Amino acid sequence: MEPLTVSMLDRITGTKRTVEGNGHLPVDANLITEPAQLASRATPWEAVQAARNIQRPHTLDIIGRVFDRFHELHGDRGFRDDPAIVGGIADLDGRPVVVVGEQKGASTEENIARNFGMPHPEGYRKAMRLYRLAEKFHLPLITFIDTPGAYPGPEGEERGQAEAIAQSILLMARLQTPIIVVILGEGGSGGALALGVGDVVLALQNAIYSVISPEGCAAILWRSPAEAERAAKAMRISGPDLLELGVVDALIPEPAGGAHTDHAATAAAIRTALAAQLAKLERVPAADLMSARYERFRAFGALDEPGAAPPPPPPDSWWRRIVKRASS
Amino acid sequence: MPFGRKPNEFPSHLWTQCPSCNEMLFNKQLARNLNVCTKCEHHFRLGARERIDLLVDKGSFHEHDAALTSGDPLGFTDSKPYPERIAAAQTKSGEKDAIITGEATIGDNPVILAVMDFEFMGGSMGAVVGEKITRAAERALAERRALVIVSASGGARMQEGTIALMQMAKILGALARLDQARLPYVSVITDPTTGGVLASYASLGDVIVAEPGALVRFSGERVTSGTVGEKLPTGFGRAEFLLERGFIDQIVPRPQLRERIGFFLTAFRAASQDLRWSL
Repeated sequence: MEPLTVSMLDRITGTKRTVEGNGHLPVDANLITEPAQLASRATPWEAVQAARNIQRPHTLDIIGRVFDRFHELHGDRGFRDDPAIVGGIADLDGRPVVVVGEQKGASTEENIARNFGMPHPEGYRKAMRLYRLAEKFHLPLITFIDTPGAYPGPEGEERGQAEAIAQSILLMARLQTPIIVVILGEGGSGGALALGVGDVVLALQNAIYSVISPEGCAAILWRSPAEAERAAKAMRISGPDLLELGVVDALIPEPAGGAHTDHAATAAAIRTALAAQLAKLERVPAADLMSARYERFRAFGALDEPGAAPPPPPPDSWWRRIVKRASS
Repeated sequence: MPFGRKPNEFPSHLWTQCPSCNEMLFNKQLARNLNVCTKCEHHFRLGARERIDLLVDKGSFHEHDAALTSGDPLGFTDSKPYPERIAAAQTKSGEKDAIITGEATIGDNPVILAVMDFEFMGGSMGAVVGEKITRAAERALAERRALVIVSASGGARMQEGTIALMQMAKILGALARLDQARLPYVSVITDPTTGGVLASYASLGDVIVAEPGALVRFSGERVTSGTVGEKLPTGFGRAEFLLERGFIDQIVPRPQLRERIGFFLTAFRAASQDLRWSL
């Protein structure tokens, strides 16, 4: 793997080589990259409630407000069109992009139609078809995560839920086009990670991301789903926790009172963040992008190895890594 | 228990009852038969060390990264702190975590081998499993060897939260590179392989083989039955079901595993040694 050099950095960042006092490139003013920037920090359980609020803006609502145009593409070309995953071609400030997202409903009827945002294998296969489309035509890929998890029922098992998720993760890891991930509400385990391998991973301030639902964790470890609140805290699933763990690179602030109180303002914040991140990512050469994405995920893990070199520090945003390597 | 016999006639350190055919099996004989029931061929679970012995050419295994142990990324505590759970599992099993990796030959094919151990915290995948498999894949790439992973796991380790989840992306990043370099990866699925392990590397081999009767499913049985509110048919989520549905290539009885894996690796070997075609 070729190390990034200062000249590469110049190429990537143009004239903006001024490093701020904290040693990072200037970040977009509207993004939260340190938990200290948050005026108030919701408890993990409040975040769970906010992330699941049925009035929260969902993927199609956000897509409709963020992009100038959007045309949905349907079906996995094999089995059916899964309504729990939507995707298509959109336009952001005149720049075509591929968008894929998990879709919950805003009412009970709609939720039944959308399977409560729990995709079947064919949903992930539709997503993969669109990932490949993005790569083929050099279009940036933007994904929106909002799911309690992949559908766990017998039809999912029969049609290869695990295989579909595994293939999606693998494909994102090797996809030769910039990928920005935005967690809108619930990031439910593997069902979320199938849309979650990106160069930049953003989350709305009150989004959650978890390896198992707090209820599921509580049922197994505390033997009582009623302990979900404790499980949510212990698993560190809220936005600021995810930021500290490096699982997300930055939080997108929500309007006071939460995203559900003002869909337009939430979408505007997402649009600003996407435009800024996209402008940066598009200047990174493909090979650098691929190695930075590999290293972003390669770095996760708290390990102890007697006699070995000290473990690498937690993962940073890609532009921070570039700065560090260029200056070392 | 056969009719008319008292439980203490079969002390458990000497005898094991087959859960499938109820036959009482003499432990020494069971071990000699690779933990497969001598009457009905039910495959009992197998520890990682025993598994390595049966898979590799005799004496060819050299362990890697044996000192690697888990940190506590979340500061996780349920009824007891996570580091105490790790320590207890280490004392009980004599292993550092739920996986053993190393190099070996299988049918004279040089491989990097990773074998999971269900005995260690349900074979759960945390950062140690993630790191050791990733290093194994990176080493296979650097030395142009094949990769063989034997899975046995309940899924991601909850005590490491999203860091455990991220291991799936970390491992698959390395497997993608292996794939691009045309190096073979054989996935061996054993009882049980579920959750995040099935939804990542276990489902992605160039060839995927499973042991007979292995439980192989994405969601736990209670989750699935809870969703549909009814009992599932027998055999649902077993290896035979996945074979029928097209998600695994073969079911291979334990005594034939080494020879079968060796056959596939030999077939793929020419391409993996031919650098003209590597991407």
